[in-house]
Amino acid sequence: MAKSIDVSDVSIYYGDFKAVEDVSMTIKAKSVTAFIGPSGCGKSTFLRTLNRMHEVIPGARVEGKIVVDGQSLYDPTVDPVEVRRRIGMVFQRPNPFPTMSIYDNVLAGNRLNSKKIKKSEADEIVERSLRGANLWNEVKDRLGKPGMGLSGGQQQRLCIARAIAVEPEVLLMDEPCSALDPISTAAIEDLIHELKSDYTIVIVTHNMQQAARVSDDTGFFNLKAAGRPGHLVEFNPTKQMFTNPDNPDTEAYISGRFG
Amino acid sequence: MSAAELNTVPSATSFSHVRLPRLAPLMVIVPALAFGALLTLLLSWNWVACPILAFVLTIIALPSWSLVVENRRAATNRLVTCLVWGAILVALVPLVWVLAQTVVKGAPELSGSFLTHDMTQHLDPVTFKMLPGAGVAHALVGTLLITLGAAVISVPIGLMTAIYLVEYGRGKRVARWITLLVDVMTGIPSIVAGLFAAALFTLIFGIGTHSGIMGSIALSLLMIPTVVRSAEEMMRLVPMDLREASYALGVPKWRTIVKVVIPTSLGGIITGVTLAISRVIGETAPLLVAVGSLDVMNHNLFSGRMQTLPVYILTEYKKSTPQDYDLAWAGALLLIIIVMILNLLARVVGKIFAPKTGR
Repeated sequence: MAKSIDVSDVSIYYGDFKAVEDVSMTIKAKSVTAFIGPSGCGKSTFLRTLNRMHEVIPGARVEGKIVVDGQSLYDPTVDPVEVRRRIGMVFQRPNPFPTMSIYDNVLAGNRLNSKKIKKSEADEIVERSLRGANLWNEVKDRLGKPGMGLSGGQQQRLCIARAIAVEPEVLLMDEPCSALDPISTAAIEDLIHELKSDYTIVIVTHNMQQAARVSDDTGFFNLKAAGRPGHLVEFNPTKQMFTNPDNPDTEAYISGRFG
Repeated sequence: MSAAELNTVPSATSFSHVRLPRLAPLMVIVPALAFGALLTLLLSWNWVACPILAFVLTIIALPSWSLVVENRRAATNRLVTCLVWGAILVALVPLVWVLAQTVVKGAPELSGSFLTHDMTQHLDPVTFKMLPGAGVAHALVGTLLITLGAAVISVPIGLMTAIYLVEYGRGKRVARWITLLVDVMTGIPSIVAGLFAAALFTLIFGIGTHSGIMGSIALSLLMIPTVVRSAEEMMRLVPMDLREASYALGVPKWRTIVKVVIPTSLGGIITGVTLAISRVIGETAPLLVAVGSLDVMNHNLFSGRMQTLPVYILTEYKKSTPQDYDLAWAGALLLIIIVMILNLLARVVGKIFAPKTGR
């Protein structure tokens, strides 16, 4: 069920401002792809175009082509809601629904899509998703408690459980560990390794070691200058990226000599 | 800095300064009050002069004392503290006064018979004498029905307007116009709302129409802007993160609004609605124009005049007999009690529906 994504010549605009320019890449199915680069270079913006979350912001639009499983995401006949159902997303800050319990948070995607599910089926989805997110053992005795009562790392894993409960084909992660301590980060990295066998994962990170640890392919985004659009400098297998990059800018950024 | 300098100007370098005693404010206020009382008695002024005199004495004496003993900044601090406390007391006086007056004058009349009868004559079951009407039941029922009608009209309209403004109209010209019109509506004099309802029904049903629903419409004109404003503010407080989390799960926008945005802000919305209700429940002018006044019970919101509490108070007051003054006070007390209950309810409900963060 995991799908590959083909991106060709994508430019992203906020109103008149061009945020990202001419990105082309192929994201492989059942692998982890990491995006690295300085702040404001458009990694997150690009990630959000992959499930049409970008257009939630007024004035935002996309040019170019993104093809998932032979279907163009930006075809006029495509329903963005359907796209988001099949390409899930985890955000930088954990954002469980404050009015819902842990149990209801996991089921939110299924429930809010007005699917009628039986109690036994619901229980099964909750347990499978929470186990999938490595959270089951910590919360199985308090599924009825509010999701906001968990620690930051647990909340983020709850959000991952919520995202995988709807069984998406692709999982996008926008700096999922930036608000977490090292132990929670390690837990989520382990989780990414496990999820790789079932999902196509795209992760944005500021942590280069993290990109090196979890990803198979890495894309390096950069800005030519302040106020200019961001662009993809290099897209290569992670091993090559961190040992023998094609582009001197990539090497400068990865080795910390950035400027 | 040399040791000699340290000895001569200790205050410039050390953290500790001479302070007034902790009870200094009290030590000024009590003598000031005593002096004021004494002067008022001696010169046989009106007793209002006493607190005013005491206040003036305090704001002169306390800062001056502080200026001599402490420093300039501390003196300014004490002066402003005095002014702020003075303002609070001035603001509290009418509130406490009105409450106390209403309770003292209204409480004796507030009885079971008062709450269950209207103003028609009735037979005393013990003495078998005809008693003049002395009840508020018809006004109580009228107020509750008319206000309920107003809420039923204005809550859906207000809530939907707020949803449009927050979720769909962001930055659009229509939304800016609606916001402006809502602001203008906030400033409509209440009697104009009553005249509007009267004119509307005259146009449709002919001259001389009176019914409870006209009052509801007049009150809803006053309620809608408050409901829109409070619901709008509450829904804006819902973080964008939550909407995005919902969209990212493939939830359509309308379900996101119904299942995520509204539940998250429900506590605040209910509080806002309740406060809007307690704001219009005491309106007199529009009800007098649109609904009129009546001495007997009328349950039917859609036909004929009805009595309401504010109009009841006015009617009894205009009769100008001691007995009717008492009834007016009791009516006023009842109105205050209803508003208080509504406010308490709003707090409780707001707490219940507030997003839960605890473990």
